[in-house]
Amino acid sequence: MDKFTKLSGIAAPLPLINVDTDMIIPKQFLKTIKRSGLGVNLFDEMRYDGEGNEIPDFVLNKPQYRNAEILVAGDNFGCGSSREHAPWALLDFGIRCVIAPSYADIFYNNCFKNGILPIVLPQEQVDILMKDAEKGANARIEIDLEAQTITSSDGEVFSFDVDSFKKHCLMNGLDDIGLTLEKAASIKSFESKLASERPWV
Amino acid sequence: MSPKTLYDKIWDAHVAHEGDDGTCLLYIDRHLVHEVTSPQAFEGLRMAGRTVHAPDKTIAVPDHNVPTTLDRAKGIENEESRIQVEALDKNAKDFGIHYYPVSDIRQGIVHIVGPEQGWTLPGMTVVCGDSHTATHGAFGALAHGIGTSEVEHVLATQTLIQKKSKNMKVEITGKLRPGVTAKDITLSVIGKTGTAGGTGYVIEYCGEAIRDLSMEGRMTVCNMAIEGGARAGLIAPDEKTYEYVMGRPHAPKGAQWEAALAWWKTLYSDPDAHWDKVVTIKGEDIAPVVTWGTSPEDVLPITASVPAPEDFTGGKVEAAKRSLEYMGLQPGTPLNQIKIDTVFIGSCTNGRIEDLRAAAAILKGKKIKDGLRAMVVPGSGLVRAQAEEEGLAQIFIDAGFEWRLAGCSMCLAMNPDQLSPGERCAATSNRNFEGRQGRGGRTHLMSPAMAAAAAVTGHLTDVRELM
Repeated sequence: MDKFTKLSGIAAPLPLINVDTDMIIPKQFLKTIKRSGLGVNLFDEMRYDGEGNEIPDFVLNKPQYRNAEILVAGDNFGCGSSREHAPWALLDFGIRCVIAPSYADIFYNNCFKNGILPIVLPQEQVDILMKDAEKGANARIEIDLEAQTITSSDGEVFSFDVDSFKKHCLMNGLDDIGLTLEKAASIKSFESKLASERPWV
Repeated sequence: MSPKTLYDKIWDAHVAHEGDDGTCLLYIDRHLVHEVTSPQAFEGLRMAGRTVHAPDKTIAVPDHNVPTTLDRAKGIENEESRIQVEALDKNAKDFGIHYYPVSDIRQGIVHIVGPEQGWTLPGMTVVCGDSHTATHGAFGALAHGIGTSEVEHVLATQTLIQKKSKNMKVEITGKLRPGVTAKDITLSVIGKTGTAGGTGYVIEYCGEAIRDLSMEGRMTVCNMAIEGGARAGLIAPDEKTYEYVMGRPHAPKGAQWEAALAWWKTLYSDPDAHWDKVVTIKGEDIAPVVTWGTSPEDVLPITASVPAPEDFTGGKVEAAKRSLEYMGLQPGTPLNQIKIDTVFIGSCTNGRIEDLRAAAAILKGKKIKDGLRAMVVPGSGLVRAQAEEEGLAQIFIDAGFEWRLAGCSMCLAMNPDQLSPGERCAATSNRNFEGRQGRGGRTHLMSPAMAAAAAVTGHLTDVRELM
């Protein structure tokens, strides 16, 4: 997993609530056995018509947002299925950070496993950044994970909360499994307790 | 000892390690696996030279991609789908985990197979790379969906890195009225709390109306906890639970059964346990409902009319406008006048025997409306066999339904069972998202009885008129 420390990038506005994982990556693209290559199908049914032509009005098809690295969106982003293909598709497109008032639980967790930072901000602050994002390619938003701040293109600074363990893993690009295996002794002792207390498990 | 909720008790019984910041390693008792969200996880294990930590606690079954047509022994036509199912065949064999291949009569939707085979037991932690893992909460098991990275993590360590959620109580008091089912309960709760109402919480469903439900009905309620945003939904185990579990292939037997039962009987929320959020709904206030929009929170009684965007506030105004356009609906149209093209009965929400019984009870001696496409997809091969034995299959066939083999089918349309653009479907599944059942497809969620009623009349229908 790539480290996430600082990011200065173009933010694309997606002012919709309840953006679900079927929108982010429709099911026909879940048939892959790989993690890569999904960026071209990110938001597929909003981005392309039935014949596969780009829909010019969709934000990521606009020239100024084709290289966006940040997405600003509405409430409950990533609701629906547990498919990790959603963050894989975002990442493959180049999105490293999402800013929204709230996220669905599984999607939120999945982001951290893939080097994507999902930031929660109050609605009024998201509204300000949404307006900022609407300015297009000249408006770069800066994210500093260490300091937990977002700086708008006007220099306005917002701070955000993030779980300290998740932050640590993201900043250092750490592999969760490796970290857990360091606690193998705890798992082993739990298992022997389980074998005596709940042997039917 | 301070009073605890059911969730607190199950959580406490599974913490293998707790960090200073409250980050825990939660031990996982059952790991269910299907073909769509697991190939990358098994590949990760191979690349790192790791094995499956507890293959005996890992159960796999292909369900999302499998064809449900009667000729499926011929194999899967779509190459990518076939490769995914073959990858699961190989991974199950290579890593020595329990497996129900497509050819096995026990194959079916993972959330139906788990309980059916007795893998799911009260007080367990159950995970699967699938959001509808919440289903297993009906047994008083802490069950939730995980992403593929977490699937790999559980395969390698049998644990999950977790922080505890908050406790939410959803109480459904009193009795349900005739024609009202578990599906109406769960949709009505989401209609009230919204799709983010449960975010950050584990929900425990309780109250007389929940107690009165069968295990099948309880699974329907918990299945859609995720649609309400919750990490998991739970129902405390009781005599109905024990009766359902007893004698199943992987349920404990003899002395182990007695020991298990003694522990299961301690699994309830203490009377003065702390709740971070409480929602109470009177059972008698719940009507047969349908969804009108593209979010599971877009729920209304069948007697209502299509709402207008201006009936809402905030971001929901735009969302409603977009939904109505996508669904091709005019505000003010009575819901029971909306004509449908297709009926889908099945899914992990409503693909169990009781669901098929409820639909068949409405369809008995009737025909589906001319020109309608209607299919029943049983949740597992065993549900299918039982329905045939009970004569339900014949009722469906005589009514004009296609009688399919088990799988996820048109709930998410990864196999060939899909809607065409503009095609309108009365569905017993769980999501009415844009494109969910096929690009441009229009989904109305409802109970099996309501879907059967719609099949008979050709439009969304109040099932009480046919009872």
